[in-house]
Amino acid sequence: MTEKFAPVDKVLEEFNYDSSKLIPILQHVQDIYSYLPEDVMRYVADKLNISPAKVFGVATFFAHFSIKPKGKHIIKVCNGTACHVKGSSALIDAISKKLNLKAGQDTSADGMFTLECVYCLGACGLAPVMVMDQSVYGQVTPEKATALIDDMVKQEAAHAK
Amino acid sequence: MENTAQKFVTIEGKKVAIEGERNLLELVRKAGFNITTFCYQPELAVFGACRMCLVELEGKGVVTSCTVPPKDGMVIHVNTDEVRKLRRINLELLLASGNHDCTLCEKSGNCKLQRMAKDMGVTSVRFKSKNVKTQRDCTSSALVRDPSKCILCGNCVRVCNEIQSIGAIDFACRGYKAKIATAFDKSMCESKECVSCGQCARVCPTGALTPNSAEVEDVYKAINHPTKKVAVHIAPAVRVGLGEIFGIPAGVSVDGKIAAALRMLGFDYVYDTSFAADLTIVEEASEFIRRFTEKDHLPQLTSCCPAWVSYVEKFVPEFIPNLSSARSPMQMMGPVLKADFVERGGKREDLVVVAVMPCSAKKMEAKLDKFYVDDNPDTDHVVTTVALARMIKDAGIDFANLADEEFDHPFGTKTGGGVIFGASGGVMEAALRYAAAELDPKREGNVIFESLRETKEFREAELKVGDIKVRVAVTSGLKNARKLLEDVKAGKAHYDFIEVMSCQGGCVAGAGQPQYEGWKIRKQRAKGLYADDAKLAYKSQDNKDVMALYGRVLDKIGGPKAHQLLHTHYKSQKEAK
Amino acid sequence: MLNKDLKKITEEFNSQYKQIAGRITICGGTGCVANGCMKVYEAFQAEMKKQKVTFCLEISKECQGHYLSLSGCQGFCAHGPLVTVNDIFYTHVKPEDVPEIIEKTVVKGEVIDRLLYHNPATGDVCEHKDDIPFYAKQQRILLKDSGRINPRDIHEYIANGGYAQAKRVFTEMTPEEVCKEMIESGLRGRGGAGFPTGKKWDSARLEKEPKKYIVCNGDEGDPGAFMDSAVMEGNPNAVLEGMMIAARATGADEGVVYVRMEYPLAVRSIRAAIKQAEELGILGDNVFGSGQNFRIRVMEGAGAYVCGEASALIASVEGRRGMPRVKPPRTSSKGLFQKPTVVNNVETLALVPKVYEMGAKEFKKIGTEKSSGTKTFAVTGHVANTGLTEVPMGTTLRQLIDNVAGGTTNSDGTINKDAFKAAQIGGPSGGCLTKDQLDLPLDFDSLKSVGAMIGSGGLVVMNEHTCMVNVARFFLEFTKNESCGKCVPCREGTDQMLSLLTDIVEGRGTMETLDTLEELARAVQKTSLCGLGQSAPNPVLSTLKNFREEYIAHVKDKTCPAGVCKALAKYRILADKCKGCGMCKRACPVGAIDGQVGKPHQIDANKCIKCGNCQRTCKFGAVTR
Repeated sequence: MTEKFAPVDKVLEEFNYDSSKLIPILQHVQDIYSYLPEDVMRYVADKLNISPAKVFGVATFFAHFSIKPKGKHIIKVCNGTACHVKGSSALIDAISKKLNLKAGQDTSADGMFTLECVYCLGACGLAPVMVMDQSVYGQVTPEKATALIDDMVKQEAAHAK
Repeated sequence: MENTAQKFVTIEGKKVAIEGERNLLELVRKAGFNITTFCYQPELAVFGACRMCLVELEGKGVVTSCTVPPKDGMVIHVNTDEVRKLRRINLELLLASGNHDCTLCEKSGNCKLQRMAKDMGVTSVRFKSKNVKTQRDCTSSALVRDPSKCILCGNCVRVCNEIQSIGAIDFACRGYKAKIATAFDKSMCESKECVSCGQCARVCPTGALTPNSAEVEDVYKAINHPTKKVAVHIAPAVRVGLGEIFGIPAGVSVDGKIAAALRMLGFDYVYDTSFAADLTIVEEASEFIRRFTEKDHLPQLTSCCPAWVSYVEKFVPEFIPNLSSARSPMQMMGPVLKADFVERGGKREDLVVVAVMPCSAKKMEAKLDKFYVDDNPDTDHVVTTVALARMIKDAGIDFANLADEEFDHPFGTKTGGGVIFGASGGVMEAALRYAAAELDPKREGNVIFESLRETKEFREAELKVGDIKVRVAVTSGLKNARKLLEDVKAGKAHYDFIEVMSCQGGCVAGAGQPQYEGWKIRKQRAKGLYADDAKLAYKSQDNKDVMALYGRVLDKIGGPKAHQLLHTHYKSQKEAK
Repeated sequence: MLNKDLKKITEEFNSQYKQIAGRITICGGTGCVANGCMKVYEAFQAEMKKQKVTFCLEISKECQGHYLSLSGCQGFCAHGPLVTVNDIFYTHVKPEDVPEIIEKTVVKGEVIDRLLYHNPATGDVCEHKDDIPFYAKQQRILLKDSGRINPRDIHEYIANGGYAQAKRVFTEMTPEEVCKEMIESGLRGRGGAGFPTGKKWDSARLEKEPKKYIVCNGDEGDPGAFMDSAVMEGNPNAVLEGMMIAARATGADEGVVYVRMEYPLAVRSIRAAIKQAEELGILGDNVFGSGQNFRIRVMEGAGAYVCGEASALIASVEGRRGMPRVKPPRTSSKGLFQKPTVVNNVETLALVPKVYEMGAKEFKKIGTEKSSGTKTFAVTGHVANTGLTEVPMGTTLRQLIDNVAGGTTNSDGTINKDAFKAAQIGGPSGGCLTKDQLDLPLDFDSLKSVGAMIGSGGLVVMNEHTCMVNVARFFLEFTKNESCGKCVPCREGTDQMLSLLTDIVEGRGTMETLDTLEELARAVQKTSLCGLGQSAPNPVLSTLKNFREEYIAHVKDKTCPAGVCKALAKYRILADKCKGCGMCKRACPVGAIDGQVGKPHQIDANKCIKCGNCQRTCKFGAVTR
């Protein structure tokens, strides 16, 4: 168990197990895990001798903390009015299916993709609109969306080699 | 002659002396203006969130009175047009903020938000109702949370942190999304910290946190069952709390009326938990005498408060060996009643035992696996003082005018030692009464341990028998208990026996009692118990029906049969890290 | 204790500085970084190597050739990236311009006309910074150095007189004298409320507690304000020196610089400055031999606007949720870890060394009687020169907009002084100033008297095509999201105000909505716990006061006079202008447009979702709203 949290221990040590340093500690911990996992927050609370509810309270107060893991690639689908009438729901369904997302889940099991629904990206003329990382794609069909995801998966695989 | 050093604040033209009040609100209340507020609790830190205690301070304008320290010469107006308008708009904001459907609320009739809206004559709200649909969390047998009724006054968070040092709940998220949450937003039953003490519910002004009252329906079912018999027993603290709901002053013991009401409700046997409290003393104090003599894990810690026991198991399991193995009175009463019922030829499952408790943690305790025999619980149902009042009202019983009745015997027989269990210090005092007589049979007269009664947060006493000295300590509130244990661990405090009640003031201040604020009411309730005590036999071993039980059902004190029925064991609930 | 005397450091730096042949400074402020200045910086290095021009990146014993450095924000953000070669000032520099600059300007001293600033009003070409009205019309006490020196080199700061005042107050003045001087200067906090800095220090000084703190509030979060980030990036040592002087004044031995996490450049810059100051022994034990210790650490915020409020900031430094607490006690008596704490904002602290350098009397001569000194304003919106400015307190809005910021512009960017409609000052806590208030002096009290607030100094200029209801709504949306959620009026009130404003911009409002909105706004202002809530209604109240007719148009006539509010727009095709090309029909995402080729088209109002695509695609101006 301790081994599992060895990187956290290092952070805690750096901050001298000082509970007043909770925010920088969580910042460092989030740098390690890219989010704040529950067991890590519990571990930090225990080591700093503060209640886990307090750690949770701090983690949910500040905008930069994320208590949910985010994927390596962020897919945003616009669900503004124009995109909605142009079939963004079908798009969301197709992407969810492609990524094997269950209801209430927004990140794929392999941690590669996170799907977010956003309101009006201001590109109604291109509806429906999808943004993957920094690139904007317009008039996206479910086929096009899944193809884009396939491309990214291929790129990742090539990169891994 | 007027004392020139005396400092005054003028409130609505009346001079009010400053006598150590920590803020204008307390002074305004002293002047007779009992302004309704949500987030102000005398024993908690000033939070200043509800903005309802607004007053006009001349020269400064509208201020929140809870945040202003009184200064000589201040001039205050309580009910100006502006103050009323501002209070009303903030109230309307709260009414729009959640699900405040009064008729369908557990707290209806006893809710501050409702009372304030009624007093202000609010019949419409100008703002859009946000009517958040959140799930009620009924997973805990002790407490129910309904976030849609929460007005974020933070009382629960502060009591859990400041008084109990548990921190099972805290604020989470921010702004309009802010809420009260357990760690990681788990349900109450999944909370690894909550000990079910229910102090959060005691300070909740709305129906957001309430003791779970679902069992009332089960009680009705049992009463109306064609073949089952239902025994009910009431905890000591209930008799000095229930009357308040029916307009009887706090601290007046209404045990006789309760006995009458319970019969009218259809219970077959009407008993008094004080009987089991006497039994607890006999077991726990004799356990203490043995452990004291053998120097076996001292200090012994009392074990009758389930929230306290849960605290030890969850936070300081190293003290588990110090806990008395004696069960709480409620958990002694159940098995004894059932054993007695079986003895008389009944079947265990045909006797339903209902306990009326001032407490939410008792509901959790009754449901613990270790208190079941072949799927049949030692205590079938626990209802709170407030829930019993509801049953009485529902049945149309004119409680205030009932003629007193006796409890049924033998399990309604009690001594003063059993009755004072309901107040902080009572268990220890009763134990000392027992021990003093056991250790020193020649002792004459009654030793009164006044120093253990609630005067301050930590109390101690010494029992001298010859050259033996027994040092005992009493505290209530888990933060105080934590501190005491830390001192014991650090070798800074040396005691042989320690009583802890998780609610400050003991069971009279439990979460199942009518809500109160401040110290006054809970002290009156405790006084009521000591008044009953004065009318009863002094020490628990004087309870003839208890002593008769040994031999008939239990064999000897501390014997194997007694152990089977009256003692228990504990297990660390702290996660290995 | 100082390792080396400041004089010695100055002498060394100056003698080394003499070795260089010239200086190339590239603005490295956040605005220029966004405009690609780092590519320009890299291009300079690569190109000088290629052209075999000797250069150096730092001043040292060995330095020679041209000294290439990045400066902090120079304020002329709309025209970046900015490059200064000796004293020739180039704007809009692109990496492809760099070879020419090196060849002509760096090597031969020739001026490249096309890269100079051309004054659009007069047509004048400005070779030097000071020729440009934007700079000429300012009084840059605070920002002068940050656009000139290398913020990563403490020696240059010292060589320019830096830390001399810190040394003076530690070696020649008593804490009481330090406070007295500050009180006399009349400097008021630049973070918002304008509390007199000297008074704040003095009350902390009088606290008996031996442990005290100085906290620098760099949690600048107003949308549209970036002066604090500019100062931290461009002149971090001035901030540290200000904190040292505050430490002397109060007896504090520990300082914390609280910086928004969104300002990574500022964080790096401050950290680097602290490290250098520690290495030189300026910070640490026994400061200037005074016997007093002073250390500074940096804390990065984690994303909460409310932490700009002192008690919320302190809560987060202590590892808690950033929720403001009730006062009293004030932070000056019970602040960080319950110890006396002075919380000053970045700009205030950076001005502190200037106050002692000039002397309180001289400093007080700048600005107005009750608001002394200069104030920085981040001017954005519909003006020619968006950027960072510094003018004396009491400068009028007209002077700032017309003279410094180059005048109000139309939506297409052309200057049109008559297009001015309003200026929103002080961000979400401020208010709107109107045409009638153009000659209002910008100082704490004048602004307060009209229901606005200097705030941190964000100034958004808006032209006629701005809907004031929409502006109020924008700020409310911001405060609603940033409310900490503790007190009822702020948490629920901002949410309900937003909902009422949404009703208004979406055509559901009535005159009653306006009354409710106004009463609610006043209640939130009067009963909120902290400054955030108390000032959150300001944008609503000031627009309600100054632009009431616009609100009435929204609720009574269901029109948005500025043509901004989408829901109130009614798209129509003007039959006489429509050529029937079918462009709009194809652009419509919902198929609301019908018509035959060559014939005027129509929009089905029931289907229209008011996205505006038709209007944008029509080449004949046939679609109106």
